[in-house]
Amino acid sequence: MSERDVLLEINKLRKYFPIKGQSIFKKRYVQAVESVSFSIYRGETFGLVGESGCGKTTLGRTIIRLYEPTSGRIVYDGTPIYDSEQKIAVDMLPFRRKMQIIFQDPSASLDPRMTVGEIVGEALDIHKLCPGKQERRDRINQLLDEVGLNTEHANRFPHEFSGGQQQRIGIARALAVDPEFIVCDEPISALDVSIQSQVVNMLEDLQTENHLTYLFIAHDISVVRHISNRIGVMYLGQMVELAESYELCSHPIHPYTKTLLSAVPLPDPVKSRARQRILLEGDIPSPVDPPSGCRFHTRCPYATEKCRAEQPVLKEYGPGHFAACHLLEQG
Amino acid sequence: MDEKKTLLEIKDLKVSFFTPAGEVKAVNGISYSLGYNEVMGIVGESGSGKSVEAYSIIGLLQPPGKVVGGSIEFEGENVLEYDDEQMRQFRGNKVSMIFQNPMTCLNPVYTIGNQLTEALLCHDKGYTKEQARARAIEMLELVGINNAEKRIDQYPHEFSGGMRQRAMIAMALICEPKLLIADEPTTALDVTIQAQILELMKDLQKKENTSIIFITHNLGVVAEICDRVSVMYAGHIIEQGPVNDIFYDPQHPYTKGLLASTPRLDEEGRERLIPIEGTPIDLLNPPKGCNFGPRCKDCMKICLREKPPFVEVGEGHISACWLHFKDQAGKEEKK
Repeated sequence: MSERDVLLEINKLRKYFPIKGQSIFKKRYVQAVESVSFSIYRGETFGLVGESGCGKTTLGRTIIRLYEPTSGRIVYDGTPIYDSEQKIAVDMLPFRRKMQIIFQDPSASLDPRMTVGEIVGEALDIHKLCPGKQERRDRINQLLDEVGLNTEHANRFPHEFSGGQQQRIGIARALAVDPEFIVCDEPISALDVSIQSQVVNMLEDLQTENHLTYLFIAHDISVVRHISNRIGVMYLGQMVELAESYELCSHPIHPYTKTLLSAVPLPDPVKSRARQRILLEGDIPSPVDPPSGCRFHTRCPYATEKCRAEQPVLKEYGPGHFAACHLLEQG
Repeated sequence: MDEKKTLLEIKDLKVSFFTPAGEVKAVNGISYSLGYNEVMGIVGESGSGKSVEAYSIIGLLQPPGKVVGGSIEFEGENVLEYDDEQMRQFRGNKVSMIFQNPMTCLNPVYTIGNQLTEALLCHDKGYTKEQARARAIEMLELVGINNAEKRIDQYPHEFSGGMRQRAMIAMALICEPKLLIADEPTTALDVTIQAQILELMKDLQKKENTSIIFITHNLGVVAEICDRVSVMYAGHIIEQGPVNDIFYDPQHPYTKGLLASTPRLDEEGRERLIPIEGTPIDLLNPPKGCNFGPRCKDCMKICLREKPPFVEVGEGHISACWLHFKDQAGKEEKK
């Protein structure tokens, strides 16, 4: 595995958000992402799953530095774009041509006062990709065509489109600069079921045609499993398990992944009624005051003294299958 | 189904919204009946009319929405003819509802206990305040809230999302209604919390013998909890049947399409999804023929001309599609 071409390397990445209005003597933070390390290979789709508040969106945004990291290291294609120890924080503008993002809520992420052509063309102007007017128009039309919209749509405004079409505009905007890497932050969760599959298929096609690498963030594990090569599972800001997607879904080893998978409703009445479910007690603890030791211990049915005291680290338990759990170390 | 067993009977219900742009026929002639102790799932995309239909049962339809035709019979009485007072007695007492977002449905300035006992005291069930409080604590324990005696005096913001939904369920069930309408009760929740709530609802349904109308767009949830399923598309029920028939032997092209386009956790390998092409129709200008016609792979000439009638395709399993007639004609020709 190590011989594969690594596009993006993330090392001990941290993102804390300060809480305002607290005592000035004791500053408190939301520990949204806590020491996450992993790599994304060129051409793959890396899926990120977890419940709301687990930090998956924050991680996605921090990687492309829409949020400034608190500490850690991000290396893109051999070039460090952020390193807290060596005090590296490069100018992101040239990297924005290579790294793009598709947002969750398509209507909120499109400027209502700009036409579709302006939205898609804005990035072309910023990066000075199309000097000629005709050239620019052709490129916009080509992009719209690529995402399944009509060229006459370029002169319309976002509110004239349905949710699925708006998401297509968002995708066209991300594709405009011809990027290598796209963070897809819950790109389909705001869409209807019958539209979701259209967008999923389109993302797959675009990946093959344009040799894209995706970081695909979603809470719906069935969708992530479908589209991803590898999946990372997050819980309270930390990565608890990482494996090939088929391996992860058929042989999960971390107790949290097991519960998460058993909680997913199956569209199959006989199977879903027959299976045994692992039910968790309680809710996710607050990331302001995360539990000591393993962050999952408050809800884990197998938690021991060691879990309460000591933080487990991510270790390899099978080829390319990583997990962070004390129970596994004991075998 | 014989008459004794029918709790709710909806006949040709039509609900329209009168907007400045014209009449939107949100629900356009749906009929079904629900037995005692039965869980009916209503599946559909946004805008298919599934919530509007539920709101009209419980009399919560807001203008410009209006029931323009049909009847809703609850234990033999037409709910649509109730006056305000009768409706008030009916609502909460016999039918209650759980909504999608528990935060917006609980009043933030009253304690949970206040809101729970209010339902009891409003409906003149002969409870004193102390008795009502005891009953409320009992209900909170029933829905799995630990430390209920302390929790009852807390405000909604002190509850987490999953607990709020539990409190909503407790509130809905406190008057022992015969019918519970659950409008996307788990959509706003995380999967692990969703699993907890589904287990709870299944449990309570058995214990309290409540009938449930379960509205959702998630096919997995339907498979888990429902006895029968109605699939809605653009204001019409297009297919209805027992849950196993709908999932293992779907007949309508839309139902088939929905199932084929849903990625599954238990599938082998990575098959490509088969999407339903196109977008849902504009309800302001519905097509003359079958509403699904413009998106249907097997659309025929007649589909664009006339609305298809229901065909019984199995026991208690109906589907509205012209293709069934084509199949029949084909079979007869062969004979």
